[in-house]
Amino acid sequence: MGPEGAEIAITRRHETAGISVEEVLALYTQMVLVRILDERILVLNRQGKVPIGISCQGHEAAQMGSAWAALRNGPCFFFPYYRDLALKITAGVSAREALLSFMGKAGDPFSNGRQFPLQGADLRRGIIQLSNVVAAGLPQAVGYAWACRYLGEETVVLAYFGDGASSEGECHEAMNFAGIHRVPIVFFCENNRYAISVPQRKQMAIENVAERAAAYGFPGVVVDGTDLFEVIEVTRRAIAHARTQGPILIEAKVERLSPHTTDDDDRRYRSREELEQARHRDPVRRLQQYLLQEGILTPEQDRAIWEGARQEVEEATRYAEASPYPEASTLLEHIYA
Amino acid sequence: MHERAMGEKSVIEAIRDAMREEMRRDERVVVLGEDVGARGGVFLATQGFVEEFGEGRVIDTPLAEASIAGIALGAALKGLRPIAEIQFADFAWPAFNQLLGEAARACYGSNGQVRVPLVVRIPYGGGIRGGLYHSQNVEAYFFHTPGVKVVAPATPYDAKGLLKAAIRDDNPVIFLEHKKTYRLVRGYVPDEEYVVPIGKADVKHRGSQITLVSYGLVLHYCLQAARTVAQDGISVEVVDLRTLRPLDRETLFDSVRKTGKVLIVHEDNLTGGVGAEIAALLAEEVFEYLDAPILRLCGPDVPTMPFAPTLEDAYMPTTEKIVGALRRLAAY
Repeated sequence: MGPEGAEIAITRRHETAGISVEEVLALYTQMVLVRILDERILVLNRQGKVPIGISCQGHEAAQMGSAWAALRNGPCFFFPYYRDLALKITAGVSAREALLSFMGKAGDPFSNGRQFPLQGADLRRGIIQLSNVVAAGLPQAVGYAWACRYLGEETVVLAYFGDGASSEGECHEAMNFAGIHRVPIVFFCENNRYAISVPQRKQMAIENVAERAAAYGFPGVVVDGTDLFEVIEVTRRAIAHARTQGPILIEAKVERLSPHTTDDDDRRYRSREELEQARHRDPVRRLQQYLLQEGILTPEQDRAIWEGARQEVEEATRYAEASPYPEASTLLEHIYA
Repeated sequence: MHERAMGEKSVIEAIRDAMREEMRRDERVVVLGEDVGARGGVFLATQGFVEEFGEGRVIDTPLAEASIAGIALGAALKGLRPIAEIQFADFAWPAFNQLLGEAARACYGSNGQVRVPLVVRIPYGGGIRGGLYHSQNVEAYFFHTPGVKVVAPATPYDAKGLLKAAIRDDNPVIFLEHKKTYRLVRGYVPDEEYVVPIGKADVKHRGSQITLVSYGLVLHYCLQAARTVAQDGISVEVVDLRTLRPLDRETLFDSVRKTGKVLIVHEDNLTGGVGAEIAALLAEEVFEYLDAPILRLCGPDVPTMPFAPTLEDAYMPTTEKIVGALRRLAAY
């Protein structure tokens, strides 16, 4: 609204990104759920009920925006990595299922309690993530995408990895092959500038992982990974590129707002001042402020969304805690197909 | 080892035929590896393939074993039936993460959701003046790992039938081809379609007094040794494992129940080798049938395999060494 109430046609950010009010509210509601769920997982770890928590706080917009765009732009398939709770929720995993997985309970859709949380596969949601060996999934994702094209499908594969994984030889090999064969894949780097404790300046001599794409003969783009709308716009274009012209690398600059995992103490290597600065880029708060400022959301509605998420996570926690562990007799199942 | 005759093929011809027939039968079968295209592979296993099937199915990869394995694994996850070639076993190490860390655990780690119909062909073994980096035996590492199958044929017939079975299998199969057998060993291969099942050993020579267990190149030395000691009245039964994982326990047990004495021969290092597991299995399962200690004649525990002929010969199990061990065992 302009001064004196004069109507000025300012297109709002979500509209330029091609997202309806209903959609942006749904995304925000889901993002709040992910945040509450993520916080609950850390509490459950301290209570001894979750052996390990890998927080995605700070990565939500990058994961949700890219997955959301992918799911609305033709057939896609995900090869995520271990910090991708928000991605998996966006792809359809419920809070109940996520907590079953974090507790290692029967009914965990990824591995039925065999693997670290959210690892293995969830084919109903188009997800394969065999391990948490960093970068190991990248050549697999390239092979999967290559096979999709071989079979005449339109599928685009999205392969996720962190800045740490970008140092692995398998990352180089995967990108090199993808470039040669113009494989329909989006490499999505969530760069939070830390490989556990090792800062980016000790991982690489360049500022942007995206710069490496040029060496493989495909484009690399940098995006503010805490800006949901920017991520959606860039991913949408990247998918069109991948489907018609071959690979593309998106580097989403994100913040890691928590230690590496619940087994890590980041006070040993990261200043509190730096972490405070990082919180200004919290993607959940950024989206919340946008919605409140634009009047898309009232404070009352916002409180109701957070309360609804707490109730859902509370219910899911009770459900997962009451669920049994896998039967010991299942130990020997599925070693071979 | 044999005169050339009608229907006879070399091991490499049998392997080539198996792949070609499977590629004609099933479009999901693709081949990838270093030099597999125009060159036809350094051992010519894929000679003529790119001409027949095109570059879309016969992929000359960059020199990068980790991604050869990883990309083949990814394609298998999508439902193709890739055959990845690792040029020499000595170069398989960079691929171990993808093969043993990833492919072997994919089915288990997804609670049976995904399957990996992947074949990884690996030329291995020594006796060819290959030195430390073109002679290695890598089977024990794969043998140790649940989730993969490990096949190591010795004859053209078995190589063809087992490779066809491997391509049709829904699990990752490590297909070990002894390089020295490629052109040296010839044998009858029928024209008609057949498959040799994975997991079945084969009694290659009937006998009653000693069970001689082996696989790969040295299986042929075992057969020669069995014929040699037969002249002294020592009756040896030669069991060709053919598949290392899963082991055909019943064929081994049946033979040992009959003979009561066991010699295990392999080219791979002694310690922690396939022979160690077989010895332990026999001690657990058929101990009361044994009339003598279980003997192993294996490569010594040195990095395989020295370049100089004196050193290589000292390393290799030979017919002569096997004959000596059989005589000692017979006299026990």
